Amino acid sequence: MAKIKCECGHINPEGTVLCEACGKPVEENQHIDGNDKQKLLNMRYDGSARRSQTYNKSIIDKLWNFFSSVKVGVWLIVLALIASGIGTIFPQEQYIPANAVSRDPSIYYEDQYGIFGLIYYQLGFHNLYSSWWYLLLIALIGISLVVCSIDRFVPLYKALKRQKPRRHTQFLKRQRLFSQTDDVTDDDKAKLKSNLKKKRYKVYEENGHLLAEKGRFSRWGPYVNHIGLIIVLIAALLRMTPLMYMEEYVWVREGEQTVIPGTDSEYYLENKEFVLETYDKDDERYQEALEMQGDVVKNYQTNVAIYKDSGEQVAGAKPELDKVTEDEIRLNHPLEVDGFTLFQSGYQNNEFKNMTFKIHETDDNDEKSLGSFTIDLSSPKDKYELDNGFTVAVNQYYPDYELDEGEPRSKTNYPRKPAFVFSVHTPDGEEPEMSFVGVGNNVDPTGENDYKLGIEDFDMRYASGLSVKRDYTLPFFIIGAAIFMIGVIQGMYWQHRRVWIHPEGEGVMVAGHTNKNWFGLKKDIEQVIEDTDVEMVTDQQELK
Amino acid sequence: MDSMANISGTALYIAFVLYFIATIFFGATVKQKKQDTSKSVSGAIGITITMIGFLVQIVYFVTRWIASGHAPVSNLFEFMTFFGMGLVFAFIILYFIYKLNILGLFALPIAMIVIAYASVFPTEISPLSASLQSHWLYIHVTTVSLSYGILSISFVAGLIYLIRQIDQTRRSKRTTWLEVVLVSLFVFVGFSIISLVFNVSGYSAEFEYSFNGETVTTDYHLPPIVGPNEGNLLTGDRMNPFFEAPGWMQGVEASRKFNTIIWSTLTGLLLYGVVRLILRKRIGAAIQPLLKKVKPDLLDEVSYRAVAIGFPLFTLGGLIFASIWAHYAWDRFWGWDPKEVWALVTWFFYAAFLHLRLSRGWHGERSAWLAVGGFAIILFNLIAVNLVLAGLHSYA
Ligand code: HEM
Repeated sequence: MAKIKCECGHINPEGTVLCEACGKPVEENQHIDGNDKQKLLNMRYDGSARRSQTYNKSIIDKLWNFFSSVKVGVWLIVLALIASGIGTIFPQEQYIPANAVSRDPSIYYEDQYGIFGLIYYQLGFHNLYSSWWYLLLIALIGISLVVCSIDRFVPLYKALKRQKPRRHTQFLKRQRLFSQTDDVTDDDKAKLKSNLKKKRYKVYEENGHLLAEKGRFSRWGPYVNHIGLIIVLIAALLRMTPLMYMEEYVWVREGEQTVIPGTDSEYYLENKEFVLETYDKDDERYQEALEMQGDVVKNYQTNVAIYKDSGEQVAGAKPELDKVTEDEIRLNHPLEVDGFTLFQSGYQNNEFKNMTFKIHETDDNDEKSLGSFTIDLSSPKDKYELDNGFTVAVNQYYPDYELDEGEPRSKTNYPRKPAFVFSVHTPDGEEPEMSFVGVGNNVDPTGENDYKLGIEDFDMRYASGLSVKRDYTLPFFIIGAAIFMIGVIQGMYWQHRRVWIHPEGEGVMVAGHTNKNWFGLKKDIEQVIEDTDVEMVTDQQELK
Repeated sequence: MDSMANISGTALYIAFVLYFIATIFFGATVKQKKQDTSKSVSGAIGITITMIGFLVQIVYFVTRWIASGHAPVSNLFEFMTFFGMGLVFAFIILYFIYKLNILGLFALPIAMIVIAYASVFPTEISPLSASLQSHWLYIHVTTVSLSYGILSISFVAGLIYLIRQIDQTRRSKRTTWLEVVLVSLFVFVGFSIISLVFNVSGYSAEFEYSFNGETVTTDYHLPPIVGPNEGNLLTGDRMNPFFEAPGWMQGVEASRKFNTIIWSTLTGLLLYGVVRLILRKRIGAAIQPLLKKVKPDLLDEVSYRAVAIGFPLFTLGGLIFASIWAHYAWDRFWGWDPKEVWALVTWFFYAAFLHLRLSRGWHGERSAWLAVGGFAIILFNLIAVNLVLAGLHSYA
C-alpha cells in the first residue's frame, strides 16, 4: 500500500484527503471530497481514507463501492418508501373486509375497484409487503447500511484518534468558521483556554496550539443506530422460521375445552365464560355520541382455565390435566403461560346454546303450554320426558339446517340454525305424531297433528377467538429498537464541536467545526472570546 | 360533567384567540428597524401570550379529560386539536433556542388553521372503543403529536426560507410550486369556513345509495355538487347534484368526502383569488419584502434542527410505542395497516432527508422543499389515511 507521508511527519494510509494529524490537504487526493472545486474543506469524515473512495478495481471493490454509496442508500430508502405507499392504495389481502361480496382476491379487487383493482391484483400488490422484491429491497437497505457504516466508521475513528492540536494553517483557513487576529495578548490567549474549559470543552495543547473538543461520542451515533437497525432486520428474518415464531388461532365456545394449538397437545384451555360489555346508553357523558353510533363495545374478554397434560403423551391415551392457572384474557391484556401468549382476538355470537320447546294443542289459539323441555344443543338426548307424561323423541337433528335440492341436511356441525324432527308420544299411548320444528320452521307433515311444538325460549352461546403466539424474536426487536434509539439520540441531541486556536505571529487564528448545529457553535465561540480582543469568527459559507 | 365539557370548549376558544393576538405581536416585530430581533419587546409579548394560550389549551385538554373519563385523543377532532397543541409547544421550545420572532408569525397561524380544521369535525365526547383502552393510547399519541409538532416547525422554517429566497422577479417553476403550497393552506381555511357556514345554517341533504350490496344513506352537510354513485336524493327542496361520484370511489361515504373536498378547494381558491386581487402579485412575492431581515442561514438551521429533534421522538412514538401497543391490542406489533405503513413512509422520508443533507450536501432550498414534503406526508397520514384509506385506525 502506498502510504502518504505528510510534512508534519505523520504517515497516512492510501486515499487520505486530509492528513490525519495536522489536516494539511494531500494534494493529489483533493478531488475525492471535491475540495479542489471549493474554498472550504469537506469535513464530513475528516478527510479520512475510505475504502470505497480508494479502490475500484476488482468486482469486490465495485460491489463494496456500490453499497457504500449514500446515494444508492437513499435511492433504496426512497424506493421502499414509494413501494410502501403503493401498498396502501387498496387494502392488502388480509384486510379485505369480511362483508365483501367475495373475499377471493381474484374477484374482490376487480369487482370493487374496476380495472385499477385488476391491475393491482395482477401485479401482486395485494400482497406487497411479503413479495420477494419488497423483501429484497429491505435486505438491500440492510446490506447497504452495514457496508456504508464499516466503510466510514473505521477511518473516521482513526482520524479522530490521531488528530493533533496543531493544525496546518491551510486546514484552519478553509474551515467554515474562521478568524484571524493580528495582536493578542498572552492574557487573552490564556482567557480563551480557560473559557473553553468553562464551556466544558476538552482542551488539548501542543506548544500553545489548542484543540478544544466536545461531544465526539455523538459521531458514533449513526453507527450505533445502524447496528440497532440491523438487529431489527435480523429479528424480522428469524421471525420467518417456525423455530422462533409460532402463530395459531383457536375458537372456543363457552363451556368448552380444547387443546391449545401449537403446543404439541400439551396445553388445554377451557372457556369458562365469555364477557361482552357495551357502554351504558344512559351514561350522560356519551349520550350524544351513542345516539349516533349505536352500541359501542367497551370490553370483551374470556375467562379461562389453562391445563397442562402431565401424563405420558401416548396416542389415544386420555390426557391427565393439571390446572396451570385460571385467569382472564382481555383486549389489551393478553395472558402469558409458559412462554406462549394468548390474545383475545375476536368473538362470534351466532350459535345456540340451548332451546326450550313447549307443547300445546294445535287448535288452541292462545298456545297454552301443556309442558316444556330444554335441549342442550351441544349434546341433545334421544328422548325427553315431560312432567305431564308426554315423551318427545328426537328423530333427526340438523344443527345448521338447510335444504339442498329438496333434501334437508346440515351445512355445518355447529348449532347456528338448529332444526329437529320430533315424534310426540302422548301419555295415552296413541300413535306418535311427527313434527318438524326449527328456527323459522314449524311443519306438520301429515296436517293431522293434535299437538304442536313451539320454541319457547333459547340461549345463544359466544365463541371466543383467541390467537396463540410464541415469539422468541421479541427480545431481539426490543434490543434492536433500544440500540437504535440510543444511537439516534446520541447522534441528534449532541454534536461534535471542535475549536482550534492557532498562535500565528503575535496573534491567533481561530477556526471552528461542528457536524451540526452551527448556531450553537457560534454562540460558544462568541462567549469564549468575550472580553478579549480576539475577532469573532466569520461564517465563510453563509447562505445569501 | 356538563360544566366541565363547557369549560373545555370555552378554553379551546380562548386559546385560539390568544394565538391570534400573539400572531399580531410577532407580526409587529417585522416592522422593527433593529437588526437584532431577539431583544424586541413586541416579540417578548408575543411569546408570553403564546405561552398563556398554550396553558389555556392545557386547561381545555385536562377538563375534557375529566369530562370524558379518558384522554381526549380518540377521534379526529381531539387528535387534530392535540396536534395543534403539539405544534405550539414545539414552537415555544424552538423559540427559546433560536429567539426567532418570524417563526411565530408563521407557526401560530398554521397551528390555528389546524385547530380550526379540527373543530368542524364532530366534537361530542365519544366513548373509547375496546381496543383503544390502554395506557399506551396516551403514551403513543402524545409522543407522536409532539414529534409531528416539531417536524411541522421544520416545515414552517422551510416555508419562510422559500418565501425569503425564491426569486420573485419573474415567474418560474419554483414560484408556482410555492404558490401551490400557500394555496393548500388556503384550502384548509376554506374547509373550516365553508363547514362552519353550513353548520350554522343547519344544512342537511340525505341521499340513499347502494354500498357493498346494501342500501345505505348519507347525510350531506354541504350542498351536493357531487352526489353518490347512483344515489337518490331523499330530502325534498334541496338542489340536485351536478354530477355523480365515479363508480370506483368506493370508500365509506366517499362521495360526501369528495364533495367536501370540492367545496373546500373552491372556497380556498376563491379566498386566494380575493387576496391575489388585493395584493396584485403572487402571495410569495407580497410576503417576501417582510422577510428581508431574517437570516436565511438561521432558517435553514432551524428547519434542520427541528428534524434532528423530531426524528428520534417520532421513531419512539410513531414506531416503537405504536408497535408495543399494537402487540397488546391486536396481537401483532406490526400488521401493514395503512396507518402503520404511512408512519413507516414518514420515517423513511425523514431518514432520506437526513442522509441527503448529511452526505449529499442538500442544504438551503432543497432541504426546505424536503421539509415541505415531510409536512405533506404528515398531513396525509393525519387526515387522508383516516378519511380515505380507512383501516383499523379509522376514527372518523
Ligand atoms: C431506513 C434506514 C436508515 C435509517 C433510519 C438511518 C438512520 C440514520 C441516521 C439517523 C443517521 C444520522 C444522520 C444525522 O446525524 O444527521 C444516519 C447516518 C448515516 N447513514 Fe443511515 N440510516 C438508514 C439507512 C442507511 C443506508 C441504507 C445507508 C447506506 C448507504 C446509510 C448510511 C449512513 C451514513 C453514511 C451516515 C452518516 C454517518 C456519518 O456521517 O457519521 N444509512 N443514518
